[in-house]
Amino acid sequence: MDREVHSQAYTKSRLGRWALIAVPYAWLLLFFLAPFVIVFKISLSEVVVSIPPYQPVIDWANGLAGVLDTARQWSFDNYIWLTQDAIYFKAYLSSLQIALIATAITLVVGYPIAYGMARAPKAWQPTLLMLIILPFWTSFLIRVYAWIGILKNEGLLNQVLMSLGLISDPLIILNTNAAVYIGIVYSYLPFMVLPLYSSLEKMDGSLIEAAEDLGCPPMKAFWQVTIPLSVPGIIAGCFLVFIPAVGEFVIPDILGGSETLMIGKTLWVEFFRNRDWPVASAVAVVLLLILVIPIVLFQRQQEKQREAA
Amino acid sequence: MAKKPIGPVRRAFAPWEDPNAIPFIEFRNVTKRFGDFVAVDNLSLSIYEREFHALLGGSGCGKTTMMRMLAGFETPTEGQILLDGQDLAGIPPYKRPVNMMFQSYALFPHMTVEANIAFGLKQDGMPASEIKSRVDEMLRLVKLEPFAKRKPHQLSGGQRQRVALARSLAKRPKVLLLDEPLAALDKKLREETQLELMTLQEDLRMTFLIVTHDQEEAMTVADRISVMDHGHIRQVATPGEIYETPNSRFVAEFIGDINLFSGQISEVNENDARLFCTVLGQHIDIQGAGKVTAGSNAAFAIRPEKVRISLDKPEPSNANVIPGEVWDIAYMGDVSIYHIKIAETETVRAVVANTTRLVERPITWDDKIWLSWDRDAGVILTK
Amino acid sequence: MEQRKISWFNITSLVLGFSFLYLPIVILVIYSFNASRLVTVWGGFSTKWYVSLLNNEQMLDAAWVTLRIGFTSATLATILGTLAAMVLARQGRFFGRTLFSGMIYAPLVMPEVILGLSLLLLFVAMDQARGFWTIMIAHTTFAMCYVAVVVQSRLAGFDKSLEEAAMDLGCPPVKTFFHVTLPQILPGVAAGWMLAFTLSLDDLVIASFTTGPGATTLPMKIYSQVRLGVTPEINAVCTILVGIVTVGVITASLITKRQQLQRERDERMAFAANQH
Repeated sequence: MDREVHSQAYTKSRLGRWALIAVPYAWLLLFFLAPFVIVFKISLSEVVVSIPPYQPVIDWANGLAGVLDTARQWSFDNYIWLTQDAIYFKAYLSSLQIALIATAITLVVGYPIAYGMARAPKAWQPTLLMLIILPFWTSFLIRVYAWIGILKNEGLLNQVLMSLGLISDPLIILNTNAAVYIGIVYSYLPFMVLPLYSSLEKMDGSLIEAAEDLGCPPMKAFWQVTIPLSVPGIIAGCFLVFIPAVGEFVIPDILGGSETLMIGKTLWVEFFRNRDWPVASAVAVVLLLILVIPIVLFQRQQEKQREAA
Repeated sequence: MAKKPIGPVRRAFAPWEDPNAIPFIEFRNVTKRFGDFVAVDNLSLSIYEREFHALLGGSGCGKTTMMRMLAGFETPTEGQILLDGQDLAGIPPYKRPVNMMFQSYALFPHMTVEANIAFGLKQDGMPASEIKSRVDEMLRLVKLEPFAKRKPHQLSGGQRQRVALARSLAKRPKVLLLDEPLAALDKKLREETQLELMTLQEDLRMTFLIVTHDQEEAMTVADRISVMDHGHIRQVATPGEIYETPNSRFVAEFIGDINLFSGQISEVNENDARLFCTVLGQHIDIQGAGKVTAGSNAAFAIRPEKVRISLDKPEPSNANVIPGEVWDIAYMGDVSIYHIKIAETETVRAVVANTTRLVERPITWDDKIWLSWDRDAGVILTK
Repeated sequence: MEQRKISWFNITSLVLGFSFLYLPIVILVIYSFNASRLVTVWGGFSTKWYVSLLNNEQMLDAAWVTLRIGFTSATLATILGTLAAMVLARQGRFFGRTLFSGMIYAPLVMPEVILGLSLLLLFVAMDQARGFWTIMIAHTTFAMCYVAVVVQSRLAGFDKSLEEAAMDLGCPPVKTFFHVTLPQILPGVAAGWMLAFTLSLDDLVIASFTTGPGATTLPMKIYSQVRLGVTPEINAVCTILVGIVTVGVITASLITKRQQLQRERDERMAFAANQH
């Protein structure tokens, strides 16, 4: 056996390792991270220079001087603009509020479902799991759209309630915040149920028996044993619902009304209707700053669970 | 199943006693660190051709890391590993002339038994006809011919173990590495397989290195055992030597059961010594104590089966005699273990073979008895 | 959880929960066969909306564009996502690992408006003509993260010593991946592809930002119609999409189920054979 050949093979396998890392890494740097840098830069520029064809992001050609020169042209006008018009502040606040309340409702609705699934006979569980995942595979847009026909004034819900004699005048739900809550809970329910189910399903059933054996009644055992042990599932589920819900566009646009203020919609309007790219960018940067803490927490938790597995 | 001849008597094999013998596998001052954790600490070990060597120790002692460094899955932080005179540094696992049988067996679930065994041979670009005959030979060797077309999940645990063995032997490696190979088998099958492994190693004239936490397994199969602890080797010796002359308290207590008496060496006379045991308030005479110095602290160690008990005081001719009281008796079927109280805080264990079927024993609870043992029955431990 | 008798509370919550999830879709499907143009009035059974759909060339064009984007981006995302999963699950620590895993997990929860806007600004900065290719790249980028997570969980579930065994038997790393690792994670890779494909079919926001002239996807078309009001024709499109996905998912799960049953039978037979 030749030593030389072996060292080459060894070097080759190290090179292979770096090649494996480099390909997805480069893709994400170019198409995920770099765009954020550009958004940041545009948010600091004047409207005139940022409507295409606009200046290069950073003037690399002139070296460091060019970079510094670009930095000198930065303007925080767009951010100042965001603070001057109360509409933006209200939109951020109301987005967070709507997302928070919707997440809480989703948790309350999702927990009994996940619990029932974990309690169901083993033979049913794969089918139940598939039934939870199936809506996730069908179009988000379609599922939101389906609610229009149900919630309208002359929609199915009102028809049913009126024919039952429960109400005399139709309830006005569509184009209100209530419809937005329904839409978020409905669309994000699988994201809540799945992590809850997986943490409940893993739980050792003898723990409940042990608690009851030690004199703990079932309801108390549920609060003192089951709930604490499903906390990782609760956290993961809440992150998965809350973070995307804050920036949601489709649901408030289709189901919400004029009273519904959500920042995703504001951004869309700034961009597509007002054509104000710098302000849209500034809105995105601030939204990102608001979400960066929950996102980092979520990623930490995912890594921790991955390592524990 | 028809009985087959048991084969020739195993010959004495002890290359480690020959100063001119060249080691086949050599670990030279090998250290392996994982972050702050030192898995293997400046360790040297020589293993000889055709030896069946066991690395024995509890979990986290570094035995698996040693094996994985030899296989190439881990790189030593410091030191060298040589195989047949060649430095293994920088050689990736897939170029090393050693093969491993994994604890989980690691059979490829998507391949048949045949394809699993042929896998390594195909990597070498062996002609198909040769692969075929080698695979058949291996299937015969592990008695799995009827199962060639099965997939791993269609086999029992014992059969999977044999496929894993056949697969790792197929390439005729210079060294076969066995990582806890029998841990997943039940006791009876494990004992049978231990004997089969020994026969196989003898027939194939190969070097085997086994990692195990089971001391009985190591004692049964190995020519020599390395007892490991916290990244160090505590003793390397034959099973007999490890059992009869352990070099430290750790080894003595790790292998089998032992009684220990702490004290001070009071007299040394050539190879004999006398130890004053504080708890007993009495001297113990030891014949063949080895190198000890008077006045130093030491412990006397003796195995329970070498301790005799009797109702009448034995003649103190050539033996150590201590008075005691029966405190408890554990009936094990073939033997009974007597726990003898010799002082307020000390008990000694003595093993007595149950040579009669009598339920009533001549010696029973609370009896005042005498313990005795020959002067050469135990050893002095200084570490 | 252990097998106890399932309580009435459990059954009720399952029934209500699944009704909530499925009723809107069922209603949508039923009304796609409504003869009346008024969505709320049942005018008898009819398939006329499906027929008019077949004659709606704009809709068919959009569907064709969507399928092409979905197919290309899902394939590319599966390759990149599988590589990323290998990095996460098998490469241990390396410089920049935290950033890497951050870039994998963040797009899973990042609001789509941000992803869409930032990618658009990148394409503008690159002076890239927008259309089919830019949507494809955008979809690949966020779908690869989903693929990475799905494949990674499959990788975490399988015995690493299989790969070590292959290398121990003389198989170099790249060959080991194709001969041992890939066959084991194939169900995960296939599920990842399907997920990436449906994510692409489904996306409205990112496609709206990164599109250019001539590249209108089905969700964009549906969205612009929805803004004009509910029409039975949209119900028909939705029914077809739901039907395709349902058939696909059910087929896939039946195949998995059959393989699993076969496997259990084999294991029982091996166990029985071992008894004599």
